[in-house]
Order: sequence, then C-alpha cells, then structure tokens
Amino acid sequence: MVSRRNFLIGGAALPFLSYLELADTAFAATPKDILVVAQQLDNMTSLDPHEGFEAVGGEMISNMYQKLVRANNDNPDQVVPVVAASWEADAESKVFTFKLADQTFSSGAAVTAEDVAFSLQRAIKMNKSPAFIINQFGFTADNVEARIVAKDAKTVTLTTEKPTSISFLLFCLSANIGAIVEKKVVMANAVNNDLGNAWLQKNSAGSGAFMLQAWKASESISLQLNPHGPYKGNLKRVIVRHVVDPSSQLLMLQKGDVDIARDLTSEQLRAAQNDKDITLIQKQIASLVLISLNQSNPNLAKPQVWKAVKWALDYEGMQKNIIPLSHVVHQSMEPSGFPGTVKDLPYKRDVEKAKALMAEAGLKDGFEITLDHYAAQPYPDLAQAIQANLGEIGIRVKLQSAENRQVLTKMRGRQHEMALSAWGTDYFDPNSNAEVFCINKDNSENAKNKPFAWRSSFKDDALAAKAEAARDEKDPAKRIALYEALQRDFMENSPFAVMFQTTKTAACRVGVEGFRLGVLSEGNTYLETKKA
Amino acid sequence: MTSAFRNWALSETPSSRRQAAWGNRYRAWLNFKGNPLGMIGLTIIAIFVLMAILAPLLATHNPATQELGNRLAAPSAAHWLGTDELGRDVYTRILYGARVTLGMVIAVVVLVAPLGLAIGCIAGYFGGIVDTILMRITDIFLAFPRLVLALAFVAALKPGVESAVLAIALTAWPPYARMARAETLTVRGSDFIAAYRLTGASSWRIIFRHIAPLCTPSLIVRVTLDMSSIIITAASLGFLGMGAQPPSPEWGAMIATAKRFIFEQWWVPMIPAVAILLVSLAFNFLGDALRDVLDPKGN
Amino acid sequence: MKNRLKSFSAMLSSVILTLFGLTVLTFLIGRVMPVDPVIAAVGDNAPEDVILRVRAEMGLDQPIPVQFLHYLSQLLHGDFGMSVLTKNPVATDIARFFPATFELATAALLLATLVGIPLGVWAAVRQGSFTDQAIRVLCLAGHSVPVFMLSMISLLIFYSALGIAPGPGRQDIIYDGMIPTVTGLMSVDTLLAGDLDAFRDALAHMAQPVIILAYFSMAYIARMTRAFMIDALKGEYVITARAKGLSGLKVVWSHAFPTVAVQLITVLALTYAGLLEGAVVTETVFSWPGIGQYLTTSLMNADMNPVIGSTLLVGLIYVGLNLLADILYRLLDPRVQ
Repeated sequence: MVSRRNFLIGGAALPFLSYLELADTAFAATPKDILVVAQQLDNMTSLDPHEGFEAVGGEMISNMYQKLVRANNDNPDQVVPVVAASWEADAESKVFTFKLADQTFSSGAAVTAEDVAFSLQRAIKMNKSPAFIINQFGFTADNVEARIVAKDAKTVTLTTEKPTSISFLLFCLSANIGAIVEKKVVMANAVNNDLGNAWLQKNSAGSGAFMLQAWKASESISLQLNPHGPYKGNLKRVIVRHVVDPSSQLLMLQKGDVDIARDLTSEQLRAAQNDKDITLIQKQIASLVLISLNQSNPNLAKPQVWKAVKWALDYEGMQKNIIPLSHVVHQSMEPSGFPGTVKDLPYKRDVEKAKALMAEAGLKDGFEITLDHYAAQPYPDLAQAIQANLGEIGIRVKLQSAENRQVLTKMRGRQHEMALSAWGTDYFDPNSNAEVFCINKDNSENAKNKPFAWRSSFKDDALAAKAEAARDEKDPAKRIALYEALQRDFMENSPFAVMFQTTKTAACRVGVEGFRLGVLSEGNTYLETKKA
Repeated sequence: MTSAFRNWALSETPSSRRQAAWGNRYRAWLNFKGNPLGMIGLTIIAIFVLMAILAPLLATHNPATQELGNRLAAPSAAHWLGTDELGRDVYTRILYGARVTLGMVIAVVVLVAPLGLAIGCIAGYFGGIVDTILMRITDIFLAFPRLVLALAFVAALKPGVESAVLAIALTAWPPYARMARAETLTVRGSDFIAAYRLTGASSWRIIFRHIAPLCTPSLIVRVTLDMSSIIITAASLGFLGMGAQPPSPEWGAMIATAKRFIFEQWWVPMIPAVAILLVSLAFNFLGDALRDVLDPKGN
Repeated sequence: MKNRLKSFSAMLSSVILTLFGLTVLTFLIGRVMPVDPVIAAVGDNAPEDVILRVRAEMGLDQPIPVQFLHYLSQLLHGDFGMSVLTKNPVATDIARFFPATFELATAALLLATLVGIPLGVWAAVRQGSFTDQAIRVLCLAGHSVPVFMLSMISLLIFYSALGIAPGPGRQDIIYDGMIPTVTGLMSVDTLLAGDLDAFRDALAHMAQPVIILAYFSMAYIARMTRAFMIDALKGEYVITARAKGLSGLKVVWSHAFPTVAVQLITVLALTYAGLLEGAVVTETVFSWPGIGQYLTTSLMNADMNPVIGSTLLVGLIYVGLNLLADILYRLLDPRVQ
C-alpha cells in the first residue's frame, strides 16, 4: 500500500515538476525595449497632474507631462527651460511674460499658449491639494482667466497679486501643478464640469517622454513611448511593477526579472553594493527625519528642553549603525540640494550639556513622555535608539508605533506629545519648508491654515516675520542670505530636532543607464534612460 | 512513596470515589508517558517555561541594553546567539521573550476556549431561537476577516500586548463555538443524554457536566493547532505596529523586525523563528498526545 | 414542500442578517479607526481648506447614523461606492482582485485536500507507528513557521539560488497586456487565449504560493482527518466489515472514510475561508494582486468602501460555505436529526 501510493504520488508529481522546469527556460531577461521597474506603488492615488500630491504619482506625472520650466538637479539655483523658451518680468515684478518653445503633445498637436493658459487655469479652478503652490500668487477661480492669458499662439502672461520674486514664481511653476495638458483632449473627456479630472486620473494628455498605457492599482503602471515627445533612447515601454517587499525587489533585480529596484533599504543595499551586476544611483532627496515636540505639553514647551533633546541625540551613531546607506545626518529644516541650504551640524551627542540644560529647565529628575513613530523600518530602530539616548538625560520615553497615516492623523489632531516622523518638501523653493515650519499665525484649534508648526502648537511671530521677508525678497542673492539666517535661527530656537535627510537609491542592472533621481520625486526621470 | 501511590492508585477495587479518580488520572499519565512525541513536547515546553521563569538568572546581558557599534554580530562567546539590529544580546532577549510570548498564548487560550465551548454547547443543546441568535453572532465574527477585526480593535485601543491578546481572542473564539456546536448536535439526541434528562438533571448540568466534556477532545486538537497560529497572529500584529511594543522582546516582533536581515545576517530572524517553531511544535505534540489520553469516547 | 420552503426562507433571512451584521460592524470599524480617510484622498501634506472641502464632499462631516443610512441605501442599489485609493468603483476593483485570490486559495485547498486527507487516513490506519509520527512531524512543522518566513525562504532557495521557480507576480513581464481578461483566473484565461506558454508560465508562478499555502493548511486537514478516522475505525460497522473479511484498504476507504467525510466538510469549509483571507502575507511576499492586499491597503488608509465591499464578499462566501456544510451535514449524517 505504502509503496504503491508513493509511486502514484511521485508519478503524478514528476511530469508536473518537469513541466515547470520547461517553463523555466522561457524565463529570459526582460526584453530590450521594455524597462521593468520594481517599486512600491500603494500610496498612489491620482495621475491627474493637477491633483496628484504624493511622491510616486508625482514621479509618474513628471514622466508624462512637461512644465514651463523644470528644476535643475545638478544646480539648484537655476531652472531649466522646457515648454517656456524665455521669460521676463515687468518693472513692478507683477506681470510675467513667457515665450514658448516648440513642444508636441502625444496626440501630435503642438503645445500652444492656449494649452498653457488652460492648464494653469484648470489647476486653480479644480483647487485640489497641490493648488496652493500657485494660488499663493493671488490666483482664484474667479480671477484666473483674467490673470493668466494667452496673448498669441506662443506667448502667455501671468499677473500676480503682489510684486513677486521671479525665482520664487519659477520654482513654483516647476512643480507638477504647473504641468501642461492638452486642452482639446482633456475637455473632450470632461463629465459633469470636472474639467476632465476623472478621465485624467487614469489617462494622460501631455507632452512628456511617455504616455500612460495602463494603471492597475496594486499591480503595475505601464508607460508607453510618446512618439512625438522628447525621448531619444531605445525604450518603447516602461513597466513599473508593484513589489511591496524590498527583499523581493532585490531578488528580482539579481535574477534579471526587473531592471531597476527602487525601494531597497540599508540591508538590501549592503548586499547590492557587492554585486558587480548592479550599479547604484544615489541622490539626497527632500525628505527629512525629525522629532517634533508638542508645545501644548508644559515640559516640552521649555526652550531648554528643546536644546537638551537636541544635545542628547547620538546622530552619528544612529546614522552609522542603523541607516548608513539610506540617510545622512542633517540638521537644517531645508534639505540639501535646495537653493541656500545650510549644511552646518551644530549638534552632536553631549550628555553632560544636555543634563545641564535639563537642570536649568528645572527638570533634573526628568519626566515621562510618549513618542509616536511610524511602524515601518527604520523608524522603530531609530525610535529605540532615541529612547535610549533620552533615557540618559532622564526623559523616560514610551514608544508608540503605528502605521504612518495613523501617526499623521494624530499629529494633525495635535494629539501627540513627541513624534518621530518624516517631512517631504512640496515644491522646489526654500519657502516650501520655511512656510510650514515657521509661519504659524493662528494657533487656535480652528485655524484656517494648519502648517506643520501648528500641529505641534509652535508659534513664533519673529520667526514667521523673517520667513515672510525671505520669501518676498526680490534680489535672488539676498533672498538666499535671508534663508540661511532663518535656518540657523530655526536650528537654535525651535522645538523640532531635524536629524537626518533621506538618500534615495535606485539599484540598476548593468546595462541600464541614464536613470536620474531628483531632489523631489518629480525630478525622477526616465528621459535619458537607455538599456543595452 | 511512589510505589505506594502507584499501588493505591492502580488498585483494582478502589475503596473511594477519590481513589478511582486518581486511578484514572494515573493510568492516563502512564498512557501519556508511552507517547514519545508527547514526552518530547512536554519536555520542550517545560524547558521554555523554566527559561521564562528563570530568565533573570540565566540571562547574560540586560535585554534592553543597546550597543549600536556591535550590531548584528554573529554568535560568539560574548553573545551566544549574536546581537540584534540595535546590538542587544539575542540569547537574553529570547529568554525574556519567552515570558511575553508564552504569556500571550496562554492568556488567549484561557479567554477563548471556555467561551467558545460554552457558546457552542449552549447553542447546540437548546437549538431553536437560542441557537439562531448565538450562531448568527458567531457567523458574523467568523465571517469577518480576522486581521481586519484584530487591527481595528487594537487601533481603537492602545497598541500593546494586552490589546493584542484581546484582539486575537476576539477573532479566535468563533471556530471553537462552531466546533462545539457540531459536536453537541451529534450527541444531543443520543440515548445517554435522554437518560440524564429523564433523571431530571437540569439543562445546564447536562451541558456542562456531560456534553462539554464530550467536546473537549476536538477542542484540544483545535487549541493545540491554534497555539502556533496565535503566536503567528501576534507576530503579524507586531509587524503592523499593533502588537507588542518595542523594546519588548516578543518573538514574533523579533522576527518581524529582523526579517530584513535574512540575506546577510540570517541568524537574527532565524533564532526567534526556531524558538517559535520549537514551542509550537512542542505544543502540537503535547496536545496531540493528550488527545489520545483524554478522549472519553476512545476509553 | 411547504417545510422546505420554510427552511429556505429561514436560511435566506439568516444570511441576510449575517451580512447586515457584517456591514454594521465594518462601518463602525471605519469610524473608530484612528486614521483620517481624507488624508488618503488628498495626500499627506494637503492644506487645511482642501481637507475640509473633501471631507464635506465625502459626506464625512455628517453624523454617523446619517452616513450609515446613506451608505446602506447606496448598497441596496447595488452600489459599493468608489475607492479613494484606486479611483475605481469598488465593484470593478473586486472583480479584478478577487479572481487572483480565488485562484490561489482554490488551488491551495485542492492540493491540501488531496495530500492532507490521504496522509491523515494513512496516519490513522498506522496509528502510533513510525509512519504516523513522521506524518505528524511533517504536518505540524508546516503549521509552526510563520508563512512569511516560509515564503521568503522558498523564494531564496527555489527562485534565487536554484532558479527553478519564477519570481513574484502572476505572470512573466513578456505576457503583460497580452492575455485578454475573461475570468480573471490567469490559468483559465491563458488557456482560453490558446497560449500554452503563457499557461505554463501562469502555473509556474502559482506553484510557490500555492504549495506554501497548501502546506500551511494541510496540517489542520490531516490532523482532523486522523482524529476523525481513529474514531471511525473503532466503529461497529468497521469492525463488522472487517469481520466479514473485507480487505484493509476497502474497509478504510469505503466503510470508515464516508462516515468522517461529513465532518471533514466543515473542516474544509473552515480551511477554505481561512485561506481566502489568510493569503494576505503570501500575497505581499509574492506581489500577488489579490483581495487580501486590497483589503489591508485600504484599511490602513481608512478607505472604507473597499474594506466593507471586500469584507462583505469574504463574509458572503464564508456564510455560503457554512450553509453548504450545514446542509450536507444534516442530509448525510444520520445521527443529526
């Protein structure tokens, strides 16, 4: 009985296994003209360039659409002309005239001033999350048709409410909210006055290198070459596969099932570093890891405690041991790679100094506090190291980990005491972070604006005034100088301990060249990517 | 002394009810001792329980002391099982983790098994409207995706060991109720139950004295097979930030946080995994052997 | 006839009650989740005015009972609402995600049953022997390792080191967009498309997750089978049959086994329901776009329409399976009145 059954099972399994073995020979490297990318896609919500407001979608959008100008990844002080060929401001710095270059939509039609004006008006009228980036220049749904005008086929003028620094305006227009869509195609697909929003969430109508072929949520995004676009390489398609697990991403990369893995963490990167078939592309991105101290807690409201915390942390030890390949120590509120970022690192671990500060605050015996942090690595490791660091100066930290949206909800409701979280910058200008960290004018529960500083009940009017002065300064060099002073001030006098800046790594197989990472995800581009 | 007890317990003509009961217990133990896998299971569990109790004596380090410079070290004389992602001694954390993990498992079982058994037997015995109501409630919970229920429950409370235990218990009882009800249905109409009813025994007495014991064997099989899934569910919760909180050395949380090292420092996730494997295998062996012994239908 | 009609309507009402209970419970969960559903819709850094507007658009500024009634009336019109994350109607999403999980779970159950039941019977027949112990250890080991460890180790060995199995995903990239979706089951669709290579590819991709899931659930099936069979083999009819001189195999399979088959139905139903929702971890490691991933991603973002939709679906299947088990139980087991 035994032998017969074994025989039967074996007999049944053999052809099945050999069948699969045969299938194995069919697995070859990915086709030459298709680039396959493994990436976590689960946060993506919309591919409409005037709506999408998170990193992954932002990257896809910037590969499908062009803007008037784009940020220069190598020289943060400049912008690069794209749809705009040239621009000038009037004497008052209120009317800005853009002359357009020759670009072509994926439909084959030329990009006209009417498309540009329509696109910017559309962004304002729909008023989705990223709209504030350009409506801060005084555009509203009612006045935008008068203030953003197509003068002729190749000329557009923008009239701002107040005199504006042109570099500020240009940096804001380089964000995805400034993407140019094809008016005719978008309006043909509009339903219920949505300006084509529902359609554009899952389709594309741009002049970028690629166009959207399919978005299957939690599965993949397929981009197809825009035959009329600026792409000159040998790729016909880019398929981005949703792979959650970083270890799986590395395995697939090593086996040649994908050409680029995008979410490897320190652990996988260590392995990838030693693999001669893999090259790493690294870029410091505009994402900061910081601790917020909620000012509604009386202990945390003491400036000596802010400083004690900053002096107690072992920045270098954490970076070197926990996150050597994914973060660098960084203490300014502006990320490296932005214009005018201060790279000083005034704080390092000094337990005695921190203890003295605690004593000065009248908290010699310390206090108990809760630290909320993201559940995803490396945050739990960092949180435990922070717990140990602060423990040495008497701050007894209780850790509370949660999924990141949960931590954000809590912070938005000002329910945290201390929080370890990440902050990603919205657009390529120092004002983006300066505004959220420094300008909190109404600290009440029902404030109209609730910037990041509001969440921790931090209101400093002097700091806010400096941030506004820097924003409105029209001389570019002076503007930078003001921002540098602001950053030093913030390091010294704020309840936010900025600790690290994230380094993103794209691991590519040998033969894949020219993929670029930007400081913001909208700078991640396949424009120059080729595959041998 | 032992042989005196043995003779007394195994006496063919017990003089008291107590002596008879001890006799049965002793025979069961002898029976159990003859089952090698059961004995292996019992031994492993006993070792782990001892380790948990004696953790402070057996530990070579403090389970919370970090040494960032000596992170992910391989096993050595200084650290018998190496160090984890924060340079803490893994051997020590396994010892202390035994307390947390075993404690959680026991707490869940103690909550779940009696509840499920009671609900299932009552529903099965009374039938009719009682059955309908209880089974509808059971069905709702049973039909609910486990992880969703547990996650939501923990999210509403504070993440931590206690919430995790309650959440797992909340999702784990329905299968026991179903099982117990099915068993009850098969015996409800049998002659001996009818006989008890004729003697005027109350329904509750019949349920808890006569029907519930009949359901125990399947319950034990289920509980033992569930032990490991309880540990694993706890690990999944820990993985999502809803279970044991750092720096608690719960084994599941240890695996979840260390699984990213599987390529290079494979021992870091493998050691707690082996601990879980050993304990749940042991529970399974033990439960299985107990089943052979305790099954009243079999004897 | 009248009786049957009555029991049918009773069944129907119980199913509806269960589903209603599920809806209420899931809806409440959405309200106690400490995650603001608006954040998922507008992005982490969205300004306050957009958040307030979208909250109103989503009807989340209404009192909870009003929200619930609104949702219920929508549901009764067959509308499961939209997913905030995928920007698709929930029904469309489910139609895409469910078949992937269904394929995985069904194949795993089949495999687990085909292996688990014979193993259980075999162990029962050889109770106490070395074979019995070996089977026991084999089964229990599968049930004692976290599935994600098993999945990762399997990928490491069979995909990475040996190269005999394909990597994560449902199909190779060269077939992307080439197989028209008919049933959503990759193995069936590739056959319908007449593409044998693609079919083979689909099977190969299924092999690892299916075997792991099957191994994990096989333990329970085999153990329960063994437990039931040991009882059955002590039964009078078996002893009688043996006394009649029937061969061992025949007694086991045609006399003892049918009596436990009924009990096994419940076990299988439980296992299957567990597989449907328990595939989450496997789906994550193998990048399998199934309902488990959909459900957890949505839940983590408090995107409740998909959560309620998929919970109802899983619940419905569960209730259906149980009903079936219950009916068969009553029909087949003479001991149940």
